[in-house]
Amino acid sequence: MVIDEDRCTGCEACVAACHAENNIATVGDDQAARGRAMHWIRVERYYEGDFPNIKVKYRPVPCQQCSDAPCEPVCPTYASYHNPEGLNAQIYNRCIGTRYCANACPYLVRFFNFFNPVWDKPLDLQFNPDVSVRSVGIMEKCTFCIQRIKAAEIKAQAEKRPLKDGEFNPACVQSCPAEAMVFGDLNDPESKVSRLSRSNRGSTLLSELGTHPKVTYLKRDTWHNGQNA
Amino acid sequence: MDKTPEQINQDLLRPLYHASWRFYAAAAILSALVLAAFYAWGYQIYNGIGVSGLDRPVFWGFYITNFVFWIGISHAGTLISAILRVSNATWRRPVTRCAEAITVFALSIGAMFPLVHLGRPWLFFWLIPYPSERGIWPQFRSPLLWDFFAINTYLIGSTTFLLLPSFPDFALIRDRASGWRKKVYGIVSLGWRGTPKQWHRLEMAMRIMAVAIIPVAVSVHTIVSWDFAMAPVPGWHSTIFGPYFVAGAIFSGIAALIIAMALLRKLLHLEEYLQPIHFENLGKLLLVMSLLWFYFVFAERLTTWYGNFPSEMAVFWVTQSGRYSKLFWTMVFCNFIIPAPILAIKNLRTKIGWTVVASIPIVVGMWLERFLIIVPALSHKYLPYTYGTYKPTWVEITITVGTFAGMGLLFLLFSRVFPIISIWELKLGGQKKPEAAPALASQEVAAEP
Repeated sequence: MVIDEDRCTGCEACVAACHAENNIATVGDDQAARGRAMHWIRVERYYEGDFPNIKVKYRPVPCQQCSDAPCEPVCPTYASYHNPEGLNAQIYNRCIGTRYCANACPYLVRFFNFFNPVWDKPLDLQFNPDVSVRSVGIMEKCTFCIQRIKAAEIKAQAEKRPLKDGEFNPACVQSCPAEAMVFGDLNDPESKVSRLSRSNRGSTLLSELGTHPKVTYLKRDTWHNGQNA
Repeated sequence: MDKTPEQINQDLLRPLYHASWRFYAAAAILSALVLAAFYAWGYQIYNGIGVSGLDRPVFWGFYITNFVFWIGISHAGTLISAILRVSNATWRRPVTRCAEAITVFALSIGAMFPLVHLGRPWLFFWLIPYPSERGIWPQFRSPLLWDFFAINTYLIGSTTFLLLPSFPDFALIRDRASGWRKKVYGIVSLGWRGTPKQWHRLEMAMRIMAVAIIPVAVSVHTIVSWDFAMAPVPGWHSTIFGPYFVAGAIFSGIAALIIAMALLRKLLHLEEYLQPIHFENLGKLLLVMSLLWFYFVFAERLTTWYGNFPSEMAVFWVTQSGRYSKLFWTMVFCNFIIPAPILAIKNLRTKIGWTVVASIPIVVGMWLERFLIIVPALSHKYLPYTYGTYKPTWVEITITVGTFAGMGLLFLLFSRVFPIISIWELKLGGQKKPEAAPALASQEVAAEP
């Protein structure tokens, strides 16, 4: 995935779409105030400059799907594991809730079900039947909408053709009005996402930790006071 | 101590036969607190772990603090007792049983906390590698699994270490008792008759266990420290953690041992057996550990500060002068500034009351240390956007208080069924006066012709 920070307007449509697609519980005001809100993708806000010459920067942060993910080896029950396609998958049924993965994750993109999930009405009427609902005491996280990946793969297989670039998108990418996010196959060097990820505007989040994220952020080089924008 | 073996028997077996009203009162209060803790745990299982104060990003809080703390306390016993046995320190004789019991109880309490803290505690057995219909084994790369094995090994080892030298004492009770006691102690003494062959085997077994348990104890707390050190979390990812935790564990363990011994001495009237010299010797060990602890903290803090990595410095400042600084400086006071001078001054160290005064803050301080390792680091991970905080709820506080009460209760009951001082070992020590450790040079010189 590639996320263009210069395009992001901070509208948080991705957050809402993600909630709807993945049956993410709405924890309510009290719990959210205690830091227990579950948004598999969040939009971080950073401010540059001093008031009134202030500039807001938005950075949408889903799971970075690290190639060397710190969350994976620490799980004692293989709930957090690397699937053959290179995604950091979370097997909900295996999770016993040690929460070690969430501590090890430097990006804090893992979310814990402190209680059994609840949905504000009428959200309880629009569950996605392709996504399992998570119970109390287990960890959940962004899957890059693995249900959509699987559905597209099965369809392509049935039609005896390879997957096309951009044939399907995760909910966040699909819903982004500014088209700030691009999704695709990084193993295919010709895909749009591959080309963008090699851009010299690109960087990865906390790259110094050596986690090798599969999400690349694009942004204007502001080192030179924005002159070479 | 000029007592005949019969007097020793009577003195040390008395608590098994007679209990004052104070025993029942204390047991009732402690039981109530333990029940309250179990109620809180049941409440948490029924409603979900969310009734605790844990949140995102502080996914570990009081429970893991208690886990590390109690595992630390457990190092009092077996390790100290094993080292004293191996080095053949004769003054150890009245101390070992008490120390080994602390280990078993603290370890049992500590080992409960990973369960208390699980999101789905009813599935804890998935950590056990058994052939299951799920078709997978546990993840052997996970430090939590290393923990599971290390703690179980230590629990089995230290229980054996406690029980082995108890058989002759059980047999002694069996021989002197009648009625149900004769039956029960007859079974648990496993047919001990005191033949030379049995003594020989016991001695062999104790020698092997004393040597074997030392590396086990060291590895247990090293692995506990690796639960933290293996994760790439600022403030956790440090090579110093293994030895730092082991030293801290022994430190808090000795403090707990001194407190427990002082209480037993008063309550069970063991003034003639647990003498000031025992407390002084343990006090010297405690002083060494206090200095060592300070050295570790200083080394860890200085290298972090000098290295000046931004993410590490966020955690550094929040403990040094930020939100958690009051707790941090309380810890330094409790672990070093109060106890070190007390234990360094000979006139104070030789008085039992003062060694207890030095020990109580250490137990508090070491609990704080564990808390300060876990919470500030988790609440200040890399991205400032994800900074958070943590506040425990009544559930965690009740469970924490309950574990301290549980420790007291277990010890109280233990003193009613076990002779709290190993009788046969005490008799073996003969009439020799216990001496200061290390032996004073002046005494050695004086002994020479």
